[in-house]
Amino acid sequence: MARFFSALGAPLLAFTQYLGELVLLAADTFRCIFTHKLRWKLFLNQVVEVGLLSQLVVIITGAFTGAVFSAQTFFQFNKLGMGSAVGAVVSVSLCRELAPVLTALMVAGRVGAAMSAEIGTMKVTEQIDALRALAVYPVDYLVVPRVLAMMVSMPLLVAECIAVGIAAGYLVAIFMLDINGTYYMANMVRWTRSRDIIMGLSKAFCFGILIVFISCQKGLATREGAVGVGRATTEAVVNASLAVLICNFFLTMMFNIIYPAGYQ
Amino acid sequence: MIEAPPSPKMSAKLPLISDDSSPMIAVRSLQKKIGQQEILRGVDLHISSGETLAIIGRSGGGKSVLLKHIVGLMEPDSGEIWIQGQNIIGMNERQLGAIRKKVGILFQGGALFDSMTVEDNIAFPLREAGERDRKILRSKVSEMLEVMEMEGQEDKMPESLSGGMKKRVGLARAIIRRPSCVLYDEPTAGLDPVVADSINRLIRRLQQRFGVTSVVVTHDMKSAFDVADRIAYLHEGQIYFNGTANQLQQSNDPLIQDFLLGRSNGGGN
Repeated sequence: MARFFSALGAPLLAFTQYLGELVLLAADTFRCIFTHKLRWKLFLNQVVEVGLLSQLVVIITGAFTGAVFSAQTFFQFNKLGMGSAVGAVVSVSLCRELAPVLTALMVAGRVGAAMSAEIGTMKVTEQIDALRALAVYPVDYLVVPRVLAMMVSMPLLVAECIAVGIAAGYLVAIFMLDINGTYYMANMVRWTRSRDIIMGLSKAFCFGILIVFISCQKGLATREGAVGVGRATTEAVVNASLAVLICNFFLTMMFNIIYPAGYQ
Repeated sequence: MIEAPPSPKMSAKLPLISDDSSPMIAVRSLQKKIGQQEILRGVDLHISSGETLAIIGRSGGGKSVLLKHIVGLMEPDSGEIWIQGQNIIGMNERQLGAIRKKVGILFQGGALFDSMTVEDNIAFPLREAGERDRKILRSKVSEMLEVMEMEGQEDKMPESLSGGMKKRVGLARAIIRRPSCVLYDEPTAGLDPVVADSINRLIRRLQQRFGVTSVVVTHDMKSAFDVADRIAYLHEGQIYFNGTANQLQQSNDPLIQDFLLGRSNGGGN
């Protein structure tokens, strides 16, 4: 029995410690944001890294998600004679769920991995010690610009993903599935509310924060050379992706209280 | 005047702080355990202003750990570290920042920022201190590269530098803000004898030109004899010997003899 609780307790303790480290890093970062001067050059570099260089990934993700979702919805709805409602379903789904979650997963894979690998490599090659020795606080120099860049970039990336997804869905519906474009648009505009967009962008903001803190924490905690960097990168992507999926459920439930779906 | 103890083993018991000059660095009863291993077991050390101390000892003996403690990169389990009259133990990162501006450190591998050019690496401390004038930054970087005998290498990336060049750039970065003390972590490790000698000459030249206090951690005895005013031998987490190079060479202590002669199973323990 003691062994059972011991086996259960060790991972639980490790998980609690991990959460504690994440919270401390977040607290430290927000303290730095409000007390230190922003390094604009680093911030803009990160905006390019997170936002600009993720364009292709986000556009492809949005386009093909919108296209396939439009087709699948049509295949089901057409049996009920509701083909023109496809636009509304695609639009609301993209705004509320698909675009934020899929963009976050893609960004976790592309940007989160790069962040943890870069910071992790700096850690194992003593570059972070060098920063500290030169009287530069690593959280202020490395984490703050990344967090701010992610806060700015993620909502924009998700907005882009929604727009591209809706456009791709429209093109598939009109040119491949022969849905009436006027009805498609009318239904889409009628059923898509500003709250759906707000919900998607709010989720994007939350996911961005989750990804950046998980990735930076893994990078800063890296040990044991190249193997450690590899492990930290993998764990950062896996943890960030899981965190996005789990938090998405709770955010959906919370936002549904604030902005009930289908409420006119 | 700092005197070597009559017997090496007695060094830890003798008062290590001399009365003649204000200590630049004083380490008192420093203890550090990493995991189950006791790395430092009560280190006492005193380094006067302008002095060059070489800390020698076997690999994995805690020399680098001691150096990282001195600049506040590691926190000890107990003990005190005084830098120019300030105890740095318990200071937060911001308070340590002020101390670190006075103490430069050369890391074993150089620890250059690999996303920056040589020029940006060397200018980094000045930029962080608020210097934005490109002309001033350029001229100071050029001056440093001249001291390091690396003129014209400004635009190179760290990955294209040899080990010795990386150490020189690391050293240039460490001293560009003119710290009053420079710590060297294995400055000649992994270098061929010629490059190692050029690094030693560089350390001596910096002492003469800028009058900085230096602490050189090394297990390269030639380097220690070349640069040091005084040598401390760190053994099993304690300062086992503390004296001049001559006193070290004349010591009959078997442990020291083993170390000096590179004997793995000699008369020592």
